[in-house]
Amino acid sequence: MDNSTAGAARTDSPVLQIKDLRTFFDTRDGTVRAVNGVSLEVYAGETLCIVGESGCGKSVTAMTILGLLPKPPARIESGEILFQGTDLLKLEEQDMQAIRGNEISMIFQEPMTSLNPVLTIGRQISEVISLHQGVSDRVARDRAIEMLDRVRVPDAHQRVTEYPHQLSGGMRQRAMIAMALSCNPKILIADEPSTALDVTIQAQILDLMRELRDDFGTSIILITHDLGVVAEMGERVLVMYAGRKVEEASVEELFHYPLHPYSEGLMTSIPRLNESLAEDGDRVRLQEIPGMVPSLIEEIPGCLFAPRCSYASEQCVAESPRLAEHRKQHHAACWESGNFANRLESSTP
Amino acid sequence: MTPVVATAPENILSVQDVKKYFDVREGLLAKKVGNVYAVDGVSFEIARGETLGLVGESGCGKSTVGRLVLRLLDLTAGEVHLKGVDISGLSRSEILPHRREMQMVFQDPYSSLNPKLSAGSLVSEPLTNFKQGSSAEIDQRVQMLFERVGFKREAMERYPHEFSGGQRQRLGIARALALNPSLIVADEPVSALDVSVQAQVINLLIDLQEEFNLALLFISHDLAVVEHVSHRIAVMYVGKLVEITDTRTLFKNPLHPYTQALLSAVPVPDPREKKEKVILKGDVASPINPPSGCRFHTRCPNVMGRCRSEDPGLEEVETGHRVACHLHAPAGLTPSLQR
Repeated sequence: MDNSTAGAARTDSPVLQIKDLRTFFDTRDGTVRAVNGVSLEVYAGETLCIVGESGCGKSVTAMTILGLLPKPPARIESGEILFQGTDLLKLEEQDMQAIRGNEISMIFQEPMTSLNPVLTIGRQISEVISLHQGVSDRVARDRAIEMLDRVRVPDAHQRVTEYPHQLSGGMRQRAMIAMALSCNPKILIADEPSTALDVTIQAQILDLMRELRDDFGTSIILITHDLGVVAEMGERVLVMYAGRKVEEASVEELFHYPLHPYSEGLMTSIPRLNESLAEDGDRVRLQEIPGMVPSLIEEIPGCLFAPRCSYASEQCVAESPRLAEHRKQHHAACWESGNFANRLESSTP
Repeated sequence: MTPVVATAPENILSVQDVKKYFDVREGLLAKKVGNVYAVDGVSFEIARGETLGLVGESGCGKSTVGRLVLRLLDLTAGEVHLKGVDISGLSRSEILPHRREMQMVFQDPYSSLNPKLSAGSLVSEPLTNFKQGSSAEIDQRVQMLFERVGFKREAMERYPHEFSGGQRQRLGIARALALNPSLIVADEPVSALDVSVQAQVINLLIDLQEEFNLALLFISHDLAVVEHVSHRIAVMYVGKLVEITDTRTLFKNPLHPYTQALLSAVPVPDPREKKEKVILKGDVASPINPPSGCRFHTRCPNVMGRCRSEDPGLEEVETGHRVACHLHAPAGLTPSLQR
């Protein structure tokens, strides 16, 4: 496992690097610390998963990268987002537009609300191509058909003339992917791309994304709440809780040696196929994480997970733990992580 | 122990060949131009203390089945028996006394609770409506229910917007339990919840069902959740049941190609497990123009000639395991037509 690419230190420089990002929202009730000190790197051709529950800041992180948040109420309190040496947070809107949809593009959870209902699919895809590549409408249209073909939309020639409502959910998501990849971006941000789809369609879309990543060499930032999707798609994974990164590791490491109690709780609380029945045929209760997500408005001095954590000590309530490397390429923000890691060390030679 | 396959006397719910067609209307005069065959001949039973999971993809008609069972919709054909009484033909006023016996838990705890009522009144409302005792007795029962779903007494004074999603769902469950029903229909009750809260609600449902000896129809698209909650599972595809059996058998020995594909499509939360996936081609068929013969034949990897023309009935292939597929037609009845 130590020889795997995800376990070894990367020598190449990241395509995208986020340093200590803080995105706050000013609301009537106070300041919501949606993203509170998140750093991450994305390398060429990899899939980085960001996993967490609603309100943990995973989508806000993505929206901040692309400069899609309305300001106000959003406010970048601090941080840098370095893409090919430029800090995206310092760019003028005009320069950002040249990057958005071209070098970094995004697909959303609900393709129906992110496609324009009054324009044909073909028009929407070719618009992106002609805008960024400066080609004629005709070339752009041919390119659009080619892209739809590429994402396996049947009868692409016919489909370009159709409107979003004429397509099924799975087909709309394929059209979104075609549009996002039409300018051959360096990074594709996918925010819950398969969550609104049925399982059999989800399997098709995930399969397609894997294939396209390998063919185009695009790095993918995959945002999801579904640990099953993480296990199938990701190489590295970042766990977020209440606006903070609490753990980062290779997928293999995280699933088998979680070092943060929250990650561990997530792993044990999800229902898994074929594990529901005890030997006597009775149903098995799930492990629960007690309590609920804390408010992002109140300033909490200690670890944000402490009120729900069975390992919490006085130190956890008083002082917020820093993210530290406890195993090779495996970071966690928990006072107990060192002990967990030591125990793993002694039990697994 | 798992209640063994429903046998006659203890059946709380029996659904027989239920159909529901909706009109498709078009044009200025809203002329009827066709039918949506939302539910097209579904039969099952649920015994006291038993959970039947109903799974399928969006648009397969699973929620419509739930609504038909509760008579929130009128049936096009078929019968629904609640504790032996046929409620399918009853009028609005005739059905009222039976409503006490059957309750519903909804998917969206944000839109299914009246925001103007306090939590306490939300739970006491059904009791007051059905005049279940004096106000002191009602208060006592509401308190008991609040305690049972894990709330403190003070929570009774609060309003729905002050609760989180998981708490609202528990409130919805307390309300559904207020009248001590025999049957609860839960339609995607945990789909809107985060994973860490989902486990709390699933455990609560399992506990309460055993404690109150409820018959539970648990509707969901999430196979892992359904597996955890259900004693038996029915799989639905475009208006019809394709397979029904006990939970263990369904996961160990799924027979219908659709069930097999559905099970293999679920992402496994374990990076070491690389399973061969059956990735189905194409989209779910439309219930407006359902395919001829077997409705799954357009996507089925095992399709045969007769599947295109002949609709396979739901046949028992082993005790308590019924499948609607020509591959598994009972021996002797069918000459082999495989090409």
